[in-house]
Parts: sequence; C-alpha cells; structure tokens
Amino acid sequence: METRVKIGIVSCSGEERPEGTVCRMACRRLLEQATDKTVTICLPLFIAGGREERTFATKYPTITVDGCEKRCAARATETLSAKPRMTLLIPEILQKHGLAVPKKRRNYGPDEEPAIQAVIEELAGAVETVLANI
Amino acid sequence: MDTSRKVVVLPCSGIGKAYGALSREIAYELAERVRPDKTAMTCLPLLVISDSDALKLVRENPVITIDGCPLECARKSLEAVGAKPAHACQSFKFYVAHKELKPEGVAQLNEAGRKLAGLAADELAATVDRLIAGEDA
Repeated sequence: METRVKIGIVSCSGEERPEGTVCRMACRRLLEQATDKTVTICLPLFIAGGREERTFATKYPTITVDGCEKRCAARATETLSAKPRMTLLIPEILQKHGLAVPKKRRNYGPDEEPAIQAVIEELAGAVETVLANI
Repeated sequence: MDTSRKVVVLPCSGIGKAYGALSREIAYELAERVRPDKTAMTCLPLLVISDSDALKLVRENPVITIDGCPLECARKSLEAVGAKPAHACQSFKFYVAHKELKPEGVAQLNEAGRKLAGLAADELAATVDRLIAGEDA
C-alpha cells in the first residue's frame, strides 16, 4: 500500500501574464516527473469546488508557486485551505538564475526553456526540502 | 458607443486537463488574434483573492467565461464575486462540434488543439461584437 506523503503543488495560473505561463508549465512538468511525490489542484477549485478541495492543503504539505507579487496562489491557499509550507515566486527565481521574464504568454519553445527549467529546478529542491522536514 | 468598453475573456485555470489548456488557448486566440482591440483578459485567481482591479474589470464590463470541465471554475469564481457572465461556454463543446480536431496535451496543446482554439475564437467573435454593441450575447 502506498503510504508516502505527497507534496501539494499549487500553481498560479496567471492567464494574463507570461510569468503565469512559466509557472504553469514548470509545475506541470515537475508533476509529471515526480508523480510519486506530488499532487496538484487547480487554484480556483478552492472556491468552485467542495469541501474536499478546500481541505487540500490540510491533507498535503503544500508549496505554492506564484507569477507575480500579488501572490494569488499563496494567499488563496492560506485563506481558503491552509498555510503553505513554502512559497516560491517566479520573478525571484528568474532573477536568481540571471534570466529575463519571457515576453509571450503562449507557444513556448527553446527561447523560454531556460526559464521553465530554472523554476523546475527550484521547485524540485523545495519538494525535497519539505519532504525532508515532515 | 463607449470605446473604452471591453469584453473580458476569462478562461478556466485548469492545469491538469487538455480541455483546460484548450480554454486558455481559445482565450488567447480571441484576445490576441481575433478581437485584440475589443477584449481584455485577467487572471482568474485574482478573483479568488478579490483583487480590486480585477473585480472592477469584471463588474464593469461584459464577461465571457470559457470553462474546461463541468466544475466550471471560471463561471463560479465570477459569480462568487457578484458578477454574472454575459456568455458562458465550455471548451469541450467546441470539440463536440469539430470532432476531427481532438485536443491533447496539458502544458501545451497539440496542433489539432490549437486549430480548434482558433476555430472556437472565430466563432466567439460575433458574441464579442454583440456585447461591445451593448446587445445580448
């Protein structure tokens, strides 16, 4: 029986901003790479879903990833579910890696790949940190 | 006509399903290619945290919601802040009407999905025009 604790990843969806696309794509890829360690939820389900969705962050130690300083993922998770264990911010990650924010919101290719990889790297590290401290 | 009036295109935020990605792609097609001067987008999670600018935008302009699954996060999140969509649709229904174009892929849509998004945006253009003119969707 699978009893290992999984980490909940809550991504900003940021439809309006390129940082949101970076966020979504990095979180999605990390989830596919670490299916045994991670789960996710669509952020608006905290409102549109039921009790099951709102208990997400109480069931899973959660990492939020936000695309801008408004920090929708972190704020919504804490307000509507439970306080996240770690919060990440795309502009901070890109700055740390010396990368510019991509200019477009869709049709990502090789030009945007370094930004996505930087976020995956930071997020994977955050997952290991949270798992090590459970 | 009030030229500052925009139709807000609000797709679901689905990050786990192809139809969520399709919803978002339809919104981008509509806002970037088909009706760039008549539409605006906002991030759906901004409504979840009651961001004042986002609330003002959706309360003062007609909104088209495009949802990716029956849970209808976009429509419900809009209604939760006291606004109603002028037009609510589900991306799956565009696939039902164009079954030769099966959307696949979650992070990014396949070519069929992108074509379907373009067709859907073209179909929604008339709705945008009616809403800008102050007519019903």
